[in-house]
Formats: sequence, structure tokens, C-alpha cells
Amino acid sequence: MATETAVDVVMPQMGVSVSEGTITKWLKQEGETVEADESLLEISTDKVDTEVPSPGSGIVQQILVQEGETVEVGTKLAVIAPEGAEAPAAAEETPPEPATQQAAAEAEAPSSSEGETPTPEAAPPEPTPAPAPAPVAAEGNGGGEKTFVSPVVARIASEHGVDVGQVSGTGRGGRVTKKDILAFVESGGAQQQEQPQEAAPAAPAEPQAPPEPAQAPPKPAPAAAPAAPQPVAQAQQIEPEAGESVEPMSAMRRGIAEHMRRSLDTSAHVTSAIEVDMSRVVAIRKKLKSEYQKSYGVNPTYLAFVARATVETLRDYPWINGELRGDRIVTRNYVHLGFAVELADGKGLIVPVVRHTEGLNLLGMARAISDIAQRARDKKLLPDDVQGGTFTITNPGGYGTFHGTPVISQPQAAILGTYAVVKRPWVIQDDRGEDVIAIRPIMNLTLTYDHRLVDGALAGRFLRDLREKLESWEESNY
Amino acid sequence: MAEKTYLQAISDGLREEMRRDKRVFVIGEDVGVYGGAFKVTLGFQEEFGSWRVIDAPLSETAIVGGCTGAAMMGMRPVAEMQFADFISCAWDHLVTVAAKQRWRAGTPVPITVRLPSGGGFSGGPFHSQNPESSFAHIPGLKVICPATPEDAKGLLATAIQDPNPCLYFEHKHLYRRIKAEVPDERYETPFGKARVQREGDDLTVITWGAMVYTADEAAQQLDADGVSVEILDLRTLQPWDKQAVLASARKTSKVLVLHEDTHTGGFGGEIAATISEEAFEDLDAPVKRITAPDTPVPFSPPLEKAFIPQVDDVVAGLRELAEY
Repeated sequence: MATETAVDVVMPQMGVSVSEGTITKWLKQEGETVEADESLLEISTDKVDTEVPSPGSGIVQQILVQEGETVEVGTKLAVIAPEGAEAPAAAEETPPEPATQQAAAEAEAPSSSEGETPTPEAAPPEPTPAPAPAPVAAEGNGGGEKTFVSPVVARIASEHGVDVGQVSGTGRGGRVTKKDILAFVESGGAQQQEQPQEAAPAAPAEPQAPPEPAQAPPKPAPAAAPAAPQPVAQAQQIEPEAGESVEPMSAMRRGIAEHMRRSLDTSAHVTSAIEVDMSRVVAIRKKLKSEYQKSYGVNPTYLAFVARATVETLRDYPWINGELRGDRIVTRNYVHLGFAVELADGKGLIVPVVRHTEGLNLLGMARAISDIAQRARDKKLLPDDVQGGTFTITNPGGYGTFHGTPVISQPQAAILGTYAVVKRPWVIQDDRGEDVIAIRPIMNLTLTYDHRLVDGALAGRFLRDLREKLESWEESNY
Repeated sequence: MAEKTYLQAISDGLREEMRRDKRVFVIGEDVGVYGGAFKVTLGFQEEFGSWRVIDAPLSETAIVGGCTGAAMMGMRPVAEMQFADFISCAWDHLVTVAAKQRWRAGTPVPITVRLPSGGGFSGGPFHSQNPESSFAHIPGLKVICPATPEDAKGLLATAIQDPNPCLYFEHKHLYRRIKAEVPDERYETPFGKARVQREGDDLTVITWGAMVYTADEAAQQLDADGVSVEILDLRTLQPWDKQAVLASARKTSKVLVLHEDTHTGGFGGEIAATISEEAFEDLDAPVKRITAPDTPVPFSPPLEKAFIPQVDDVVAGLRELAEY
């Protein structure tokens, strides 16, 4: 459906705890046509990287936040204008350039009213010269006299876009009191001086400098906006040496870095390993593979078998599916199973969660794993898909590794590592009870657990039971 | 409902608690035969006998120590310090043992210590102090400072039933000066809930105890000037009603904290700091304190008047805030 009026694109709320997002890429540029629900841009938050669909069909009239900038949820990112109603139509209603600057400032206002400081990235890139003073300025004592602006007055000024210098004060030494500014706002003074408001949020506590008359008008923002400042912060101070190159950390990389460090600082990591003879699983998988693919289009991977057996085993080990919450131990009657998924570009890792895996049979598990892995790689995960896991499986075996010590996904108690299935000489007993060497497909499993909650013996019993389930896999059971 | 003095409300409340709960007993210097230095327990020994209304030797240490032990054994003792000032003798029992027992060993210590406090009658340095801030600083103690007869009775009932050591500061200057309606039936006034003594829009006064009345008189004078003052009576300092304080600070944006205790380390500093931490962006003026100066309480009547915040001092402070 084509939009009839201009539609704003705003930074979406990606989960309850997410307050800001970074624009990683605009998939459409200004002037391009976009369909409703067509991907318009890519954003990156602490939790997920995702694409934002266009809220309407039309022309990308204006992009207000550039790639690399981080802005708060709800910030206006772009305007989609109705098709065929490009610049001329827009010009009739609102003069485009100054109005958009103003719109950007307005978009910031709601966030600052929630007690947040406006993000510096969202402020105009260069200090914009204040336009000519509004007529109101002639009266009052705003003529450059510096008086103290109290916190509450600064806040009200920033919320209503008022230049405190334009308000006449009745406090000590002509100070603008809360009553003064509230009266000014109520009398409609704020509307009359809309223009200066863009400067207000940037420096709320500073007394306004006397506005300089007849400055050049603000430059057209969108086209001329310089490349966005990268959110690198401190590290930028040290200049790279010859031969080094520097790239900014993505939001996901920062998130991973923080989480890995925090996990190691939180849990007492210990790893135990066990070798599993996968003969039965290999045989059953061989049998099911074509049937599953033909009937359901799903591949019954080793991971699906291991996941299925893990969920069964966790039922007997609630602490391994548990959590230390303060000084209490939390256990559950369900398993929300996380799977560590490497992203296609090799530059990140995400742990989508399959909820209530205790209700899934082998087919359901295989289907769920394939679904989330695909959505993770396509950046189509929703915030709920990466939250609430109670246990995690990581599968670095694809590259032939046979052992590892993964890091626990907080606040869980343990993480299972699955490794390559390798044919190995294996001592078994033949029909007569004599030891013989056979060739068997062996897979190593590791359990890395938080020793604060899970003792070595408990982990050992868990791995033993898990091995038992895999080695004696009964097709009908799963 | 009947009109009662602040003192009568305390006395009636205590008698009612003793009648309904056999675990409650009274101990203190001259509380028995003599009926207490201020006659709060007059007639108690006749009604409850000398085993529940115990005349103790001149030893606050023994009184509070004995109460602590009795409380651990399941009793609900109510100790009377003849003057709040003397509680310093019992500091060790109160602070080292009673306040920490619950946290250290899990044993509740439900003692109530009645502390006749405050000046205004030339009692000098040992009979006039308001040492509530010292105890509000000790985790494990509760600090109660009623201002009205109704609260005096309700807060005493709550203190006696509370499982923690409660310091009940009853202001001597209010004993017979303040009279008001007090419900006849038994009730408990909750801790940590401020009372709005007076609603207003322009300025807030946060106070407790006898200063509630000083603030109220000052507010009446400002009312005549067209400045409306809100007065919050905290009623208890530990716990204290942070939400009510912040709400009023946000409403008026100008706050005066008033107390009769001395300045440095007084509880007003805690309130002012909390307001600046949590309501900074709502302030239109610095949070102001009016308190006694950092000296002992003088004997001399003119000096004592200069020491205890007076209505004129509060009026001046409020005007200054209003004009800021």
C-alpha cells in the first residue's frame, strides 16, 4: 500500500532491555523507491543484528541518521514520502531543510524527557549558528547577562525547546525560576522561538550565548552531513603504528567481548570430557536421513541427536539446567536450549534459543535447529529468539576439533561442546566376551560447568548418562 | 475519639499494649512506684504488678542489656531512659549486641527504648539532646520520632510489635503542650510513611518531632505572603519515606530540611544528599538545612533559644528559598 502522507522510520525497540541501536547500513538511499516491508536498513543492537523493514511504500525522501551512528530507540531515522510527491509537494507543506533539522531535534526530545542525556552522536554534527533572535527577545533580561540556570529550569527548557535567555527571570539577580519558565511555556512562548531549540538539548546547563544576528542559514543537513563519528571512544587516542590497521568494533563484537569477560569473572569454569561411540546414532541417522529430507526437508544432524539426548538427560540433572541467582538456586521444569551459531561472515557468534525443547522429538529438534540457524545467518532473529536460554550447546566440531573449553553463557550453569565424529580403533568385546579392536565412529563431548553450582562428580554422571543414551539410542524412544 | 495530650497518648498506648500482650513489660529508673520521671507509667505498677513494671537501678547498661536478653527469650520489653541523653551509657548493648543480633544469629530482638528527648526548657547539655541521627546511622535499629498524639500512640504500638530494636524518641516539649484527638481503639501506625502536615506548592519543609510545629507556624506566616509551603512529617527516620520526600521535592523544586539535632552529620544531610542524587533535575534551588549549631545545648534561656531553630529562623529560611 502506497503511503498517502510522509511516514517516519524510527529506531525500533528490539527487546525490553535494548535502549539504542547502531545503523550499520542503509539499503536504500535518498530518492530511491521502497516497498512496504522491504528491507530499508540494517541495524545492530546489543542483542541482535537485524534488518528494518520499511513502514510504507514510497520514496526515501530523507535519511536523518547516518551509517555508524548510534541512536536511542524511537529516534527518527528517515522519512518515506508518497510516490510522485517528492520535493515539490513536500516544499508546499513544510520548507524542507530547516524543518528537517527541527524534526531531528524534536525526535530527540522524547528521549531526553525520559531522563536520558541526548546522545552526542545524534546532535547536529557541527554547532549550528543560532538564527536571528525571535521578536520576544527584545524584552526580558536575556540580553547576554549570565545567570545561573537551575537543574529543573534546564530540564524544562530542554523538554520544551526554550532558550532560557529569552525568558525574563524573577529570581535572585534576575534568575529564571521554575515558575518563570513554566509560565513562559504555558503562554506559548516556546512556539514562537522554535528555531533555537535545536541548540538547547546539546547544552542544557550552559547559559545561552546572545544569539548572533543575521548568520548564514544552517546548511542543508542531509546531503552535506559528514561521515558519522565512529563509536570507538578511548582506543582512538593511541595512533596505530606502521603496519597496523584499525577497524571499529561492531556492537555484536562489543557485546561478545563484554559477555565473555563477565562470564569468566562470574562462573568457576571447569571442563570434563567424555568419548561416545556413535555407531548406533550413525546407523539410525543413515536410515532416517533420506526419509526426513524427502518428507520434511530437514537434515537429522548429529547435533539434533545430541541435543535430543541432552534434553532427556537434563531432566535428571536440574542443577545443570539451573542458575545461581544471588544466593539461591533456580531450577526449571523446562529446557530452553541455546545453540551457538557462527555467522556467515565469520565475524560474530550468536546464541539463538529454542524454547521448550522438552516437548520436541528428534524431528522437531532437527527442524528447530535448522530454522534458528538459518534465521541467525539471515539476520532475521527476533529479540525473544536470543533470550531466556537455560542450557547451551556449542558445536565447533565441524572443523575437526576434538576438544575445547567453551565459555558459559550467563547466567546458565553449563555448556555442552560437541566435536567431530572420527573413526577410531576402539576396544570392544566380541560375542565370546573377548577384547577385540573395532573401527568405531567416536565423538568427544565436553561439559563446561560452573563449579560454584555443579560439582565434578555430578558433571561426570551427567556425561555418563548422556553417553549411555547416545550409545544405546532406540529409534522408537525419540 | 478523645482529646489527649501527647504524653497521655503514649501512656494509654503503652497500657493498652501491656493489657493485650503479656510479653510486654516496662523497665526503667523510677518507672514503678514513682510512675516515671514524666509520669508516663503512673498507675502501671498498681495495675500490672512489680514484675511487669520494674524499677531498675541507675544503670542504662543494665536496663538495655537486660531487655536484650529478655527479648531473645521471647519477651517484648519496653525500656525507659529517663532522658534520651543517657542512652549513651547503653550504646554498647544497643549497637554492638541488639542491633546486630538478628543479622549475626537470626534472633529477633524486639525491644522498644523510650527516649524522652529535645530541649526548650533550659535543661542544659545532658537533658535536652536529640540524638536520633547517631542511631539512624546504625543498621539494625529503627528510629521513631512521633510529632502528634495520634502518631505517638500508633507508632508505639508498631514499635512494640516490631521484631527489631526500636528507639522511640518522645519529645518532652510536646508532652503537655500538644493536645489532639486520639482514636480510642488500638491501631498501628506504619513505619516509613511520612505524614503531610500541610499541603503546599511552592516550598517543601521536611522535618519531624517538635519542629513540625515550628515549621507549621512559619508556614502560616508565609501563607500570608502568598507563598504556599508543604510540610512533611517523616514520623520515622529509620526507615524513612524517601518516596514521599522525592515526590514533594519534584513538586515544589525547593526544599528546606529542618531538625532540632545539631548540624554536622545530622539526618538532614542524608535527606539533602538523597534529593540531590535522585531529584537533581527537579531542583530549582540548593536544598537548605536549618538545624541546631554544632555545640552542646546551652542552659541559658537566651542561648538555648539561639540554639534551637525558632519560628523566625524558619520564616527567614523559607523567604530566602522563595526568593532564590
